Amino acid sequence: MAIPQGMNRRHFMSHLAGASAMTVPALTFGNAIRANAQELKRNRKSAIMLWMSGGPSTMDLWDLKPGANTGGPFRPISTSGDVQISEHLPMTAKVMDKLAIIRSMSTREADHGRGRYYMHTGYVPNPNIEHPSYGAVISHETIDQRPELEIPPFVSVGGGSVGPGFLGMAWAPFTVNSNGQIRNMNMGMDQRRLMQRMAALDMIESGFIKQNRGSAAADHEKILKKTLNLMTSEQMRGFRVNEEPADVLERYGDNNFGKGCLMARRLVETGVPFIEVDLGGWDMHQNIFTTLADQRLPVLDRAMSALVEDLDQRGLLEDTAIMWMGEFSRTPRINGNTGRDHWARSWSVVVGGAGMNGGIAVGNTNSDGTKVETEPYTSQDVMASICKALGISLDTTFTSNNGRPMKIANSGKVIKELFA
Amino acid sequence: MAHRVGSTRYRFGVMVGLLTGVIATFAAASPAAPRDQDKGDAAIPQVAFINQEIRNQWQEYQINPSPPASAGEWCRRVYLDVLGRIPSVEELEEFTSSRDGDKKAKLVSKLLYDEKYTEEYARNWTTIWTNILIGRSGGSERNSLTSREGMQKYLRDSFARNKPYDRMVYELVTAKGSNRPGTDNFNGAVNFLAMKVNEENATLATAATAKIFMGLQVQCTQCHNHPFNEWKQQKFWEFNAFFRQSRALRRYAEGTRDVIGAELVNQDFSGEGNDASDAEIYYELRNGLLKVAYPVFVDGTKIERSGYVQEVDRRDELGKLMLQSEYIDKMIVNRYWAHFLGYGFTKPIDDMGPHNPPTHPALVDYLGEEIRKNSYNLKELIRWITLSQPYSLSSKINSSNEKDDPLLGELPKFSHFYLRQMRAEELYESLMVATKAEETGGGSYEDQERAKAQWLSQFVLAFGNDEGDETTTFNGTIPQALMMFNGDMVRRATGSDRGSFLWEVAHDANMPAKKKIEFLFKSGLARKPTSAELGIAQKLMMARLNDQGPNNKKPDLTKAGIAALQDVWWAVLNSNEFIINH
Repeated sequence: MAIPQGMNRRHFMSHLAGASAMTVPALTFGNAIRANAQELKRNRKSAIMLWMSGGPSTMDLWDLKPGANTGGPFRPISTSGDVQISEHLPMTAKVMDKLAIIRSMSTREADHGRGRYYMHTGYVPNPNIEHPSYGAVISHETIDQRPELEIPPFVSVGGGSVGPGFLGMAWAPFTVNSNGQIRNMNMGMDQRRLMQRMAALDMIESGFIKQNRGSAAADHEKILKKTLNLMTSEQMRGFRVNEEPADVLERYGDNNFGKGCLMARRLVETGVPFIEVDLGGWDMHQNIFTTLADQRLPVLDRAMSALVEDLDQRGLLEDTAIMWMGEFSRTPRINGNTGRDHWARSWSVVVGGAGMNGGIAVGNTNSDGTKVETEPYTSQDVMASICKALGISLDTTFTSNNGRPMKIANSGKVIKELFA
Repeated sequence: MAHRVGSTRYRFGVMVGLLTGVIATFAAASPAAPRDQDKGDAAIPQVAFINQEIRNQWQEYQINPSPPASAGEWCRRVYLDVLGRIPSVEELEEFTSSRDGDKKAKLVSKLLYDEKYTEEYARNWTTIWTNILIGRSGGSERNSLTSREGMQKYLRDSFARNKPYDRMVYELVTAKGSNRPGTDNFNGAVNFLAMKVNEENATLATAATAKIFMGLQVQCTQCHNHPFNEWKQQKFWEFNAFFRQSRALRRYAEGTRDVIGAELVNQDFSGEGNDASDAEIYYELRNGLLKVAYPVFVDGTKIERSGYVQEVDRRDELGKLMLQSEYIDKMIVNRYWAHFLGYGFTKPIDDMGPHNPPTHPALVDYLGEEIRKNSYNLKELIRWITLSQPYSLSSKINSSNEKDDPLLGELPKFSHFYLRQMRAEELYESLMVATKAEETGGGSYEDQERAKAQWLSQFVLAFGNDEGDETTTFNGTIPQALMMFNGDMVRRATGSDRGSFLWEVAHDANMPAKKKIEFLFKSGLARKPTSAELGIAQKLMMARLNDQGPNNKKPDLTKAGIAALQDVWWAVLNSNEFIINH
């Protein structure tokens, strides 16, 4: 059977507490919260991260060095903003007035795993503690703005994200494929029977938790409740990119990343505070220029420009931060296989929306791209800036599970140029 | 074989019993009290040493360990960890009802050495090692040079014969031959390296070999001296030089460019200076300076510089040198300890360099020496660990050891059993056993593995980089919960068609209603239900009868009975207690 329409999960859950549910012959599933769409949109901040897994060569996209021996063959083109970018991003060039390039990123992690962790959390990996990633932090801090949200606040399209760390599994990314079809959503039985099953499950579940065997037992129960919420929510429509008209899908590009970006827009509209969309394949140790020009950049260009356009047109961009980044960038030096290797010392990330200044480049690198010449910025600084844009106080302090206080964004400093 | 259930029709009296609330009379189920207070060492010196070392630390930190786990819990744990599945009810009862003071040692011996379990033992450790050696997605890439089947065949043969671990390491590192079963010159061991030697100068082979077998994380030192790691860039390239004769040659389907296999070979290597008699390689320092490297093992042992295979087989030399290194001893000990106890002596377990000291250094050294002395018999290592006191403890936490929680960033003291979720493969095999699916369905070993692989693939997420990093969504999050709620496998496991597991239970005339519920709890949770759980089972029965209409004069009790069993079994399988190894 189909997902029940208009069921109120709080009501639903309240009946799961005990066996009394059994004797209730039929429960009403009315009283759905139908929140006022206009009211919901007010003050609701969201963020979208476009994650370029593998380490994109930012000097071939955002900070070109034509003529330098490290420069590669790509030419810069003018944009709607006060910056130039790669000729292979012509559509994005038209929305650059809404985006800012931070050209003075300088980090130290040039291993995929470490870089992914560092850029997602603002912390270097530490074997004794797991730090929460952007998605966990931002959903944790903005969840109160959306009491109506029934689906997970942190969605990762295509995977590759970093987990919730000490904030707990309740803030883990909900990982979906870009086609928006969530597996195993169909209960195959009526709600009354499912509830009765849940009552039996709840008894085993809470019995085990009471035996004090560690937090994993209670975490499991939290996930069960979230799952039940999700199975019965109309908001799941947010995932169904296939409901979009063909021409819209065409604008984003009929591929995983295009659909992922389209889904991100739909989810922001639904009220999801954080969506991460993965585009992999940037680890170009060989044949970098043909791979960029023929494969990665056309995909990126379409989807990213369409996303910015749509958010802007719908008035969502002023409350939605966009980030584009990978775990690091690639060597200015072009290696013997016409590739570039891992490089973290001087590179770029792109941000925009949520009131941040667009059309600008922050900082700059030297003539061959090997060095940052202005104040260097780090993962922490980007994270602090995004938090500021979303109205999250930088005085926020978490208590990690070993009792240590942890400043949000690892005490990064706000990148002033984005807000001046 | 496992419990046989008859096919007599569901007896009316039984159902009436359920309906009229005789529940109270069979509510005697009491949670199994902790028994066998043995802190013994089964007269095995290695077990005694483990216990002593672990207890020393408890004393040092003034921790009282948890009491021993119940017999049922321990039995479930050891089946899961050794065979990769939970015990059947018959297996469980054989253990819990035994009064033999030595029953734990006997069960471990049986699981390890009884022929009846050889195949399952080999299957489980093949699964574990396949994931270690080629990852969860290895072999599924387009035009892959890895044959997952070939890798598994090699491992299965090795574990079925209990091949000494040092032999396996040597074979995996030095293997030559064709990767696919059924081809000429087949050698499944080549699948470990086949995808890792051709590109980027075999840096993947270098990093994987150092990490998996020696616990040395060298991937960062490829490009620079690492600030926290004693490995220097020079060492990385010297180690890398051992792999530079190796090539994986593609084999194509006739007349196409579709790769159907690969052959791992050693070829003369003329070095980057183009002189095979002195085959050197170059690498670049961060300041742009070029340096030269030749094959030198981590301990400084040099081999001949020739790149001619006739003169020096570099991987063969590497294999021999690795066998002399105590790094391989410590790494296997750490890996197996972490498998059974949930955490290793270092975190991560495969980072055992000097910058990352273990929590129990004397124990790592000792077990490393012992495994070497015992001819790298992995089954003995398993025996020592599973019969040790830390492995026997309950997962219930007391006020004295609640601080001992690695999730809080504490170093593990092993004073209680740490909860951990089953791996996806363990869930799969456990459901197969619990629902006796292996008796009815199946097909060949390969067919079964293929069906399993297909099911598992839904959880694999690859990161988009060349190092083949990947993660799993079978990690206790919503997609997993949805799969357990509604997925095909659980739906099949809770199915009620004629001949299915629940159908058989429902129709077993020898099992009164209470026993049926008990049977389901024992099947899934290795314990009896509580009286409250029996009570809710009865209410489910009434609800299923109610489904047939409250005024139905002739309710179909059989149908309602099976439906209620479905509900109970679904709840059992979806519980934390089921999915968490405790």
